[in-house]
Amino acid sequence: MSTCPVTLETLPQIPEGREILTCLQCGVCAGTCPYGDVMEYPPRRMIAMMRAGMLEKVFTSDSLLACVACYACMAKCPRGIRLTEILLPLMKEQALAHLPELPGELQRALQNTLRYGNPMGEPSRKRAAWVKTAGVPIRIFAEDRKPADTLWFVECYTSYYPRGQDNSRATARLFHRLGIDYAILGNEEKCAGECGRLTWEPGLFETLMDYNMAVFQKYQFNRVVTSCPHAHNAFKNRYPVLGFNWALEHVTPFLARYLDRLKPLLTRKLPYKVTYHDSCCLGRQNEFYEAPRLLLKAIPGVKLVEMVHNRVNAICCGGGGGGMWLDTYFKAKGYGRLSERRVKEAVATGADVLAVSCPYEVSRFEDALKVLGCDKRMIVRDVTELLAEAMEE
Amino acid sequence: MHVLVLLKMVPDVVEDLEISSSGRALDLEYLRMILSESDDHALEQGLLLKERHGAKLTVLALDAPEVDDALFTAAAKGADRVMKVEGMDAPFTTRQAARLFSQVIADGHGILPADLILTGVQAIDDLDGLVAPLVADELRLPYLGIITGISVDASGRTARATKEYPAGVRGEFQIKLPAVLGIQAAEKPPRYVPVAKVRAAMKSMKIECAEAPPSAGDGWPEVNVLEMKRNEPAGHAEMLEGTPEQVSDRLCGILAGRGLF
Repeated sequence: MSTCPVTLETLPQIPEGREILTCLQCGVCAGTCPYGDVMEYPPRRMIAMMRAGMLEKVFTSDSLLACVACYACMAKCPRGIRLTEILLPLMKEQALAHLPELPGELQRALQNTLRYGNPMGEPSRKRAAWVKTAGVPIRIFAEDRKPADTLWFVECYTSYYPRGQDNSRATARLFHRLGIDYAILGNEEKCAGECGRLTWEPGLFETLMDYNMAVFQKYQFNRVVTSCPHAHNAFKNRYPVLGFNWALEHVTPFLARYLDRLKPLLTRKLPYKVTYHDSCCLGRQNEFYEAPRLLLKAIPGVKLVEMVHNRVNAICCGGGGGGMWLDTYFKAKGYGRLSERRVKEAVATGADVLAVSCPYEVSRFEDALKVLGCDKRMIVRDVTELLAEAMEE
Repeated sequence: MHVLVLLKMVPDVVEDLEISSSGRALDLEYLRMILSESDDHALEQGLLLKERHGAKLTVLALDAPEVDDALFTAAAKGADRVMKVEGMDAPFTTRQAARLFSQVIADGHGILPADLILTGVQAIDDLDGLVAPLVADELRLPYLGIITGISVDASGRTARATKEYPAGVRGEFQIKLPAVLGIQAAEKPPRYVPVAKVRAAMKSMKIECAEAPPSAGDGWPEVNVLEMKRNEPAGHAEMLEGTPEQVSDRLCGILAGRGLF
C-alpha cells in the first residue's frame, strides 16, 4: 500500500487521534458497549490507559476480544470520537501481536480467509457453485467480459452457507425481475476483508484488498452492489485508498431505490408480523434505517413492529469484529450471547418473522432461536428473501 | 542446541482433486499444495523448544508449489534459517522424500550438527512409509514416533518424549540426542502469525536453496500406482421422518430386520 499507515505511535499526530485525547471520560461508551460489563478495559478505560501511556496492559488483557465492532461506542460518544474506526482496530492489531494464544476458532477463520478467500475454509473454486441453483441466469464476468452496469459482490456467507445462498437466490430473482444489468465475479471473488481489519489483522485485510482491487480492474462496471454490510463498509471506508471510486450500495438500499418498479411485482400476500433488526454496519455506521423498513412495508400483508432497541439503539447480533468466530470462547468465559439477547427482544414483540439485512445474522439468530426453544414461534428471513417470496412467478 | 524441522507440502484436500489423464496420479496443474498438518505441529514444537532452550531453529522443505509461503510463514513465526531442496521434480514418494532430506542434511550446507530433527509423524500422501523413521535410518540416528511433547535436559544430551498409544495411554521415553522424532501433535496448537509479519519476513529473510545431490534420484525405490479413481457412491442415506415415536419405531424395525437386536 502506498499510503502511510497510522500506528498507535503516530495516532496523536492526526486529527482523529487528537480527537480521542479530548475524551471527557463520561463513560457513555462503556455503558452502551454490549460487552462493557465483562471487559476489564471497556472503551472509556482504554482511552484513559492510552493517555497514561499504559496501553500494553490493555493489549495483554482479553478485553479487546470482546469488542464486536458494533459502533455503539462511536454512535453514542458526545465528543463524536470515532473509536470503532480508528483506535480499536489499531489496538486489536497490537493485541494480536501480544496475546499469548489466539482462540482457535478465530485463528482458523483468519487462516481460511487468507488461503481460501472465505472464513469457513470452503473451496475457493466452488464459490460460485450456488449460481446453478439460482433458477435465473447469472452472468459471471470471467465467462462473459462485456461491461455491466452493476457488479454484484456476493460475499462469503451468501456464497457458501446454505441459508446465505437463499439470500443470494432471492437477490438474483429480484435483480432478474427488475431487469438489472449485472454480473458477478464468481470464483474470482474473495472476502472483502472488513472483518480482517476489524478483527485484528490489517495484513490480511491489505492482502485481500490488493487482490480484489486487481480483479475489479479487469472488468468494466459503473457500480458495486454487495449483499454484505461488512463488505460495504470496507469498500466505502478503506478501498478508496487503492482507487476504489465506483458508486457503491448495499443490496437493501439499492432495492429500495427501485421501490416503484418493485411494488407491482409484490403480488403475493405474506401474512407475517415482522420485526426488523438493524445491522450495526448498515445502521449505526451508515444510517440506513428507513430503506429496509420501506421495503418490508411494501410487501402486501406484512405488519411491521419494532423491538425496544431499534435503529441507533439496536443490540448487536455479536458477529462483528471477529465475534462470528468467538462464540466458543465467549461461552467458555461465561459471557452471554448477544444474539440470544437480541432474539429475546424480537420474540417479545409477538412477531413471527425476524427480518435482517446482514448475512451474518441469519445463522446467529436461527441458532439463538433454537437455543432458546423459540424456533417454532419465529423464523429469520433476509429482507430480500421476503421480497422474493412476495413475488408471484 | 540446534533443532532441525523437515517440512513437506501435500495436496490440499479442501479444494477438489482431479485425476490426471493417465489415471494414475493427481492432476498437478489443478492441484493446490498445503503444508502437511503434522509437519505444522513439528514446526510448532520446534518453536516451543527454541523459546524454552534458546535453540537455533532451521527449517528445511522440499520444493513444491506454495512452499515459499510455508517457509516465510515459518520464518515469521521465529525460524532462524529457512531452506528448500531444489532440482528434483515433485511429487515424491515418501521414501524418495526421506532420501532427499537425508542427503541434503548430510551433504554439508551447514545443517549438521543438529540435536533434534523433528518432522510430522505422517502425511496424507504417505504411501510407502513415514519420513521420520526413514530419515533416522538413513542418518543412523535413533527414532521415536507419535510424539506429543518433548523436554530436553540441562546438559542437552538427552530428551524426554511423550508418546501416544491407543485408548488414552501415554508413555514417557528418554532418548539420547541427536535423534529424529515424528511429531503427532505439538504441546500447543500451531500458533497464528499475522500476515504483516509474513510480508515483513518476505522482505527481510532469504530462503536458502540447496540443490538436490546429482545422485539423489539414482535407484529411486519405486511405488507404482496402478490406478487412481474417485469413490463411487453405492447408496444413499435414508432420512427417517415423523414424530420421535415413529422415527424410533422405524429405527428399531431396521435394526431388528438386519439382525442387530
